[in-house]
Amino acid sequence: MKRYSALNLFRGGLEGHKSWPRAWRAPEPKPHYDVIIVGGGGHGLATAYYLAKVHGVKNVAVLERSWIGGGNIGRNTTIVRSNYRLPELQALLELSLKLWEGLSDELNYNLMFSQRGALFLGHSDSDMTRLAERGDSLRCNGIDAELMTREEVGKLIPALDLSPAARFPVYGGLIQRRGGTARHDAVAWGYARAADALGVDVIQNCEVTGLDIVGGKVVGVETTKGRIGADRVGLCATGGSTKLAAMADLKLPIECHNLQAFVSEPIKPMIDTVIMSQSIHCYISQSDKGEIVLGGDPDLYPTYAQRGMPLRIEEVAAQAIALVPALSRLRMLRSWAGTTDMSFDGSPIIGTTPVDELYLNAGWCYGGFKACPGSGWLYAHALAKGEAHPVAAPFSLDRFAAGALIDEAGVGPMPHHR
Amino acid sequence: MLLITCPYCGPRAGAEFTFERPIESIVPLDATPEAATERLYTRDNIKGPSWELWRHAYGCRAWVKVLRDTGTHEVIEVGLA
Amino acid sequence: MTRRLPHAGLIDQDQPIRFTFDGKPYTGYAGDTLASALMAQGVKVFGRSFKYHRPRGLLSAGAEEPNALLSVGEDGRFEPNCRATDVLIYDGLIAQSQNRWPSLKLDVGAVNQLIGRFIPAGFYYKTFFGGPRLWMLYEHFIRRAAGLGAAPTAPEQDAFEHRAAFCDVLVIGAGPAGLAAAQAAATAGVRVMLVEQDILLGGSLLTDGADIDGAPDTAWAEAVEANVIAAGGRVLTRATAYGFWDHGLVTVAERLAEAGEAPGACGLVQRIWRVRAGRVVLATGAIERPLLFSGNDRPGVMLSSAVRTYVKRYAVLPGQRTVVATCTDDAYLTALAIHEAGGEVVAVLDARSEAEATSAIVTRAKAVLPVLFDAKSVKALGGTSVNGLEASVGGAARTFACDLIAVSGGFTPVTHLHMQAGGGLSFDNATGAFIPAAPRQNQISAGAAAGRDGLGQSLTDGWLAGLKAAHEVGVKGDPGKAPIGETADHASRAGQAYEPAPGVYLKTAFVDYQNDVTAADVDLAWREGYRSVEHLKRYTTLGMATDQGKTSNLIGLARLAKAEGRPMPEVGLTTFRPPYTPVTLGALAGEAVGHHVAPTRHLPLHAMHAALKPIWQPSGYWTRPRAFPVGGETLMEAALREARAVRNLVGMTDVSTLAKFEIAGPDAAAFLERICATTVAKLALGRGRYTFMLREDGLVIDDGTVWRLGDQRYLLTSSTGGADRMIAHLSYVRRILTPELKLSVANVQEHWAGAAVAGPLSKAVLAEALGGEPPRHMSVADGVIAGVPVKVLAASYSGERAFEVYAVSTEMTPVWAALTERVQAKGGALYGLEALELLRIEKGHIEVGAEIDGRRTPADLGLTKMLNPKGGYVGAPALQRPAFSAPGRLTVVGLTSDEPIPEGAMLIADGGGAPVGHVSSAGLRLTSDGSVALGLLKDGAARLGETLLASSPTRGRSARVTVASPHFYDPAGERYRD
Repeated sequence: MKRYSALNLFRGGLEGHKSWPRAWRAPEPKPHYDVIIVGGGGHGLATAYYLAKVHGVKNVAVLERSWIGGGNIGRNTTIVRSNYRLPELQALLELSLKLWEGLSDELNYNLMFSQRGALFLGHSDSDMTRLAERGDSLRCNGIDAELMTREEVGKLIPALDLSPAARFPVYGGLIQRRGGTARHDAVAWGYARAADALGVDVIQNCEVTGLDIVGGKVVGVETTKGRIGADRVGLCATGGSTKLAAMADLKLPIECHNLQAFVSEPIKPMIDTVIMSQSIHCYISQSDKGEIVLGGDPDLYPTYAQRGMPLRIEEVAAQAIALVPALSRLRMLRSWAGTTDMSFDGSPIIGTTPVDELYLNAGWCYGGFKACPGSGWLYAHALAKGEAHPVAAPFSLDRFAAGALIDEAGVGPMPHHR
Repeated sequence: MLLITCPYCGPRAGAEFTFERPIESIVPLDATPEAATERLYTRDNIKGPSWELWRHAYGCRAWVKVLRDTGTHEVIEVGLA
Repeated sequence: MTRRLPHAGLIDQDQPIRFTFDGKPYTGYAGDTLASALMAQGVKVFGRSFKYHRPRGLLSAGAEEPNALLSVGEDGRFEPNCRATDVLIYDGLIAQSQNRWPSLKLDVGAVNQLIGRFIPAGFYYKTFFGGPRLWMLYEHFIRRAAGLGAAPTAPEQDAFEHRAAFCDVLVIGAGPAGLAAAQAAATAGVRVMLVEQDILLGGSLLTDGADIDGAPDTAWAEAVEANVIAAGGRVLTRATAYGFWDHGLVTVAERLAEAGEAPGACGLVQRIWRVRAGRVVLATGAIERPLLFSGNDRPGVMLSSAVRTYVKRYAVLPGQRTVVATCTDDAYLTALAIHEAGGEVVAVLDARSEAEATSAIVTRAKAVLPVLFDAKSVKALGGTSVNGLEASVGGAARTFACDLIAVSGGFTPVTHLHMQAGGGLSFDNATGAFIPAAPRQNQISAGAAAGRDGLGQSLTDGWLAGLKAAHEVGVKGDPGKAPIGETADHASRAGQAYEPAPGVYLKTAFVDYQNDVTAADVDLAWREGYRSVEHLKRYTTLGMATDQGKTSNLIGLARLAKAEGRPMPEVGLTTFRPPYTPVTLGALAGEAVGHHVAPTRHLPLHAMHAALKPIWQPSGYWTRPRAFPVGGETLMEAALREARAVRNLVGMTDVSTLAKFEIAGPDAAAFLERICATTVAKLALGRGRYTFMLREDGLVIDDGTVWRLGDQRYLLTSSTGGADRMIAHLSYVRRILTPELKLSVANVQEHWAGAAVAGPLSKAVLAEALGGEPPRHMSVADGVIAGVPVKVLAASYSGERAFEVYAVSTEMTPVWAALTERVQAKGGALYGLEALELLRIEKGHIEVGAEIDGRRTPADLGLTKMLNPKGGYVGAPALQRPAFSAPGRLTVVGLTSDEPIPEGAMLIADGGGAPVGHVSSAGLRLTSDGSVALGLLKDGAARLGETLLASSPTRGRSARVTVASPHFYDPAGERYRD
């Protein structure tokens, strides 16, 4: 691995950038690894990195059926924050946020992590009370949260419609100043490069087609590149969790749904903060390229098609214009969609399965990007130690049967009610 | 946007319907606790044709069962629930 | 030098149009685009590229334009990032260049070119370290340099609309193939919708012209249009099909006014059509590819077919001395067109060998023009515009003086919609591009979009496609005869030239013009291991500019494939997704603006309440009175007065929004005992009770009351906030879980309006209004008030004796008036939601949204004793789960304090530590001093008497509270029991 730095970039410029090595190798699989991680997305690659870096477990392979970063790590709206309501989720996401804060330097890959603030707007007194409650919970748990008045919100985001006659009048907001955005593709590439440099094999175009289970214990995987043995296997592939678990005769609390998002053509700076709302489900931010990034509710039926209804895009456009009227004449440039693993309480699943040495990381619904570092760190802990870290412990697979649900939205088991 | 053929109303835009739940997730009122947990908290979740419960909520309000391919969105069969 | 040609082209040189560009006045003609009009007046530089700020001129004449992005319009009509090739000029148009400072000619950003070698694709991943704060400092400048057009600041001024359309056959594209398809289908009797992104029908015919069926193509196009309309169809121009969704749904964006233009009388500037078609014919044409050579981005390098369009359609000669560099025969038409218009063709540089290029058009050109074979471009010369071209001709270096280089690197069929519809592609070596293969939704590609070559093929192919589509929708009428086209010259579009000449300096051989991605960048990405086409796109940003890679995707792919040593089809393409071309957000929103973004529900008596000027409160989509302040009262003052009126005298409030269901039939009670977790069947006639409902997972979802109206008739009420959910839930349980039961359910939420009259004097009020004894507590009776039949339920939410009076909502007004009069006569008051909250909190009633937060079991809420011991209700099986009876659960408690208790505050135990609960509903003692609240507290039942801190760091407030029973007020219910 050649160090990235301004100096090396300068040197590279002088010699036509000919000597930059591959960011990660393209190794053939070895016959056996200590740990195999199935899924080369943000979480899987982060897991591999932390296994090597924190736990010294380097005989690790990440098996990705296509190209790394082709899943949701490349399809999200790049929002990073830890300002959830339930303490279990706060702990998980705050662990992640703290990792974000040093991550670019640690990986020596600029993730463009920008703590420009993640703001929830409130549109009524009742919204503001709910936001205050969320903020109080965060603050009492040591996480930053500040209430903002309408005037303060207006100063922060002049483009917002503050008039009392708006359909969603702005009463104020709750901001996490340490929240913000990051360059999503860079997270996959950065973790891949750093993990690879520590000796992890990142193996692309290698699809797992079967799990080799002997006496209730997983001992290897069948893949399109042949059989690979492993002491421990961690499933980590959104969209593939059900199929992979079925290879071990496991049925998961996961239903796949579709989430769309889109960007506008790039314009000069207009919105510096991530805007979300307590009552309407659209979120707005502006990338460093100048594109306005917009997202909202998922499509409401199960699907693997990575394709949705135009209605959803139209709704998001309407809501975004209601909040920021000057968006109206911008154009949607690019839309995309991703498959979300919806769990049945809206919270992820991290930890063991009934099959020995088979671990699961899944169910991130539409909140997985912000959790990449934390999820990887916690999953690495589980894979290294054989048991969940206390912060990950509440997110066990068996919590559903036990009734120990972590339901942030309080809407129950149906994914399409989230 | 899907086109779903309501048994009463004929082909109508998917936006007139609400997706209610996969058929496999229906919990009978007399289910045992184990069966209830199984139906509520696990899914086949396959990429392919699967039976779903939909309602023509903004039309005639009929409950329909739909065999729909979750990979291609092809609506294969629709009947009254 | 460019100049306007005296012959008309398709513009009307008798209709001048005045507009401005960067403050300077210009004149064009009706039919001109901004591009053609500015070009005719000598403008060469239209913009600056994203990163290097290199001067950029027009590359094309169409939607694929990556360079000429201008901001058009002002104030609420200001549209940044408009392609000059896609804006028809109108009088008063105001256009400005973008992404340059201080001006297009002298742009400070151009300094980036000096450091160009240090800022290749992806450079920012390799630097800017030092922590988030330092990054955000760099980021500030990067963001200011990024973006293209200025951010709009004014709100929308005009309107947009959505329309639905249904047709048997949708034909997308009105070039020769599309027109032929529309002709065949319409003649056969099909209802056709024909959409075309240009203002005129004709496509390539608008440039090259032809005789079709013996008449000029314009006459033929007009006849097809008339034919379509006569057959009941529709023809739209300035309409781009941008999305192909499931099941034959295509979305089309129609422009009714140009960018920045005031709309016509209808006030609409754009319209989005949602078209559901039986069959779709994709006649979307093909887009020409540029060539790779150094400086191929200089103003003056243009796509050959575009040059020809400017000459023949827009009557502008884009240059005086032109070199045509090509690998196709098609570019020879351009060379001849320039020659015939009086321009000088310095050379035709054909990359092919003379043996390969033997068609008639080449032969014809060779006779009048200097044509060289084995000739490849190496480097464009010039500063802000081209003044020469270095080429390699048969291996020898030659330089040509020129001010225009017309390039043809081949043609790429436009397959975006085919792919959006799920269709597959196959690679065609002759064109070096992907053509449509297996369709998934029975879409039919025709003409150049399907890889066909030439007018004759397009007409036949289109006609057959229209015929096929007609048959597939079941129409078997006679389609007439296929059109026969004659062009002066036939020129093939086949050819590919992805490989640059040796000696091309790759760092200035641009692939993606707008995002400044060069061939060297593609190579660098490959070297660093970003080897899938997705990695290439995301790492270099190739194809991610506003032109969405229409001229760059395949060139990038070819280079990647070459580096990989694999054929292009193996490396693959990125997925095409909507929109095909960018779509205005306001158009996507359509009519959902202002108060139409989400509905607002009014109470039946909204007008009556409004007359009293209440403070309104949004409650979901409802808007309900929160308080009725008088004489300058604050919200709190009004709410306290109203609540005390209820405690001491009488008050009245509108409860119309409650969910209400009438359930009737032999199995009505049995059904209710499935919905409700309490018993119901034991209710005597005329009696009611409190009840609550569980979700299937055993958690409490809602609460309300149930009343026995008749032997087999019941009324169920539940919360306003949960009404929509409850309506769906009842329908589900009725139809799916209990189809064998005999009953019917009627949703009467909006059918009945309701008034609650509460207070010690409420009985007197009701007795007067009814002219008889009102029902006793927890009973229901029918009556008449002001001549209107009413139902009266005696129930108390407030803690005082109270009655809910329901009447059919259209008849409620006199009832309300009669009750109000009596309430006021007794010194009572109307009360709103704020007072209602104070009353119910003091009484200790839990509420949906506050205590019932979707995470609470019956035990958490103190409702265990009320559970129906028979079970059988929704949620019963899931109730037995171990975590539901584990210690440490949040349970409902009361909280008392001498200080005001902040709602939502966290509860902290005396020893400190993490929160052990929170304040779910905060209120006041209404008849004495002090505050009360409801809270959710871990193991609350075991902590009576404990003192806690209710802490709100975000509001800077806290209060010391004591855990108590929530029944703060009249625990025995003496205020209303009979």
